[in-house]
Amino acid sequence: MSGVLDWLTMPQTIFFLAVTGVVFLALQVSAAVFVYAERKVAAFMQQRYGPYLVGPKGLLQPIADIVKLVFKEELRPKAADGLLFAAAPVISAIAAFAAFAPVPFGASTTFFGLLPEPMPLQVADINVAVLVIFAITSMGVYGIVLAGWASNSKYSLLGGLRSSAQMISYELAYGMSLATICMIAGSLSLREIVDAQAGYYFGVIPKWNVFVLFPTGFIAFLVFGTAGVAETNRAPFDFPEAEQELVAGYHTEYSSMKFALFFLAEYINMVTAAAVTTNLFLGGWHGPLIPEAYGWIWFLIKLFVLCFVYLWLRWTLPRFRYDQLMAFGWKLLLPLATINLLVSAAGVLYFGL
Amino acid sequence: MRRGCSILGSDLILFGLFAAVAVMGSLAVIGQKNPIYSVLALILSFFGLSGLYVLLEAPFVAVVQIIIYAGAIMVLFLFVVMLLNVPREDAAEWDRTHPYYRPAPAVLGSALAAATLGLLAWAFSRTPGLGAGVADARPAASSVGQLGRVLFTDYMFAFEVTSILILIAMVGAVALARKREQ
Repeated sequence: MSGVLDWLTMPQTIFFLAVTGVVFLALQVSAAVFVYAERKVAAFMQQRYGPYLVGPKGLLQPIADIVKLVFKEELRPKAADGLLFAAAPVISAIAAFAAFAPVPFGASTTFFGLLPEPMPLQVADINVAVLVIFAITSMGVYGIVLAGWASNSKYSLLGGLRSSAQMISYELAYGMSLATICMIAGSLSLREIVDAQAGYYFGVIPKWNVFVLFPTGFIAFLVFGTAGVAETNRAPFDFPEAEQELVAGYHTEYSSMKFALFFLAEYINMVTAAAVTTNLFLGGWHGPLIPEAYGWIWFLIKLFVLCFVYLWLRWTLPRFRYDQLMAFGWKLLLPLATINLLVSAAGVLYFGL
Repeated sequence: MRRGCSILGSDLILFGLFAAVAVMGSLAVIGQKNPIYSVLALILSFFGLSGLYVLLEAPFVAVVQIIIYAGAIMVLFLFVVMLLNVPREDAAEWDRTHPYYRPAPAVLGSALAAATLGLLAWAFSRTPGLGAGVADARPAASSVGQLGRVLFTDYMFAFEVTSILILIAMVGAVALARKREQ
């Protein structure tokens, strides 16, 4: 028993628990902020005011939304499969939270000398982090598919089926562009990939993976970003919930907090996708001016920019047609990513990276 | 990754946990009447297996197990089950027609099961070093780089033949699914 107590009071353990708690809370808060940002950005792009009644500039709108959702009546279709209907949103949310665990968001720090040895700003430092994120993200699709099936509604089922087809199609291009970067960096650990991006080419251009082996790094970035938008089911790839055709897709029959869990998962998935993109392609916490110990500031700045791009895309681009989406994934993105992988493999061999 | 194990005192508890998940999951696959639940139980079983791989210090194999089997193949299974709308098994029909209730297949099945168990027991009795800990029986290829090197040198032929086999299966599937020209 004393062993457990010793372990619990070790500074490393406390730091680990603190980081885990902070990440857990930050992800939830980020979803709330994201909802507000989405409505404000949408309003700005459509020359409206957006939410402005609750709190100054409508800042308390997310809280009002949450209160409303909590007090909504929980409905369940009579013919629904009770167990899976309840499990589906939970699976989505768990997968969304867990996917952030291997994502590093700052350099190793002793936290102002409080810790005996530097600890990484990360929940779990896994040497195959890239693959773990990929695996957990691919678990998220089960929440959507099962929600579609368990609701026993034709719109939900169609939404669920579309989602599984879409995610499988885009995972290939996603994986190919991931492989490109892992090959160039020579590692599957996100921390090592980020650390390889420190420094500058010719003293000006940062050594980020977007610029590596130009243009292969940049193409991988574009493919990864596009597939990432499709993986998170965001416009212009939001087929699982295409309102005009499927009412609301897989969550047609959901209400109250179960519905909220789906949205929580969707926004957290976006944050995770942006964080992974930052680490893989945009140099993670490396950047000019800010010292390395405060690198997480750079990380957050890059994260915010990418999240804004997500919103920007949604409110600018119209939705694809379903067959266009499939053709785009299989006939354009996948061959492009594969050729890019081969070219960069040749580049790695030739330049001996 | 090993820190968590040391608190519990041994890997044995974790092994028992993951093994139980894997075995119970596989049992649930054949015990379910609803095909969707069978698919989900199989996924659970894969997670148990993946946990066992982590205990064997093969994180890459563990993750690949999840990505390929739980993440890709089972999504397709689920997709097909949902698309065909496979009905629940009818319990009364099952009782009447299932081979379990006929004598000849039951005897044959029991004999096969006994033979398999006997073969397993014989194999275990002849395998040296089963009593050694996990850490002693460290697998030869634990990192991705080592694994790739082994695959593309020692097992080159088997690897390439497997890939051609998969390619043939893919081409065959496309040929079968193609619309017939009138």
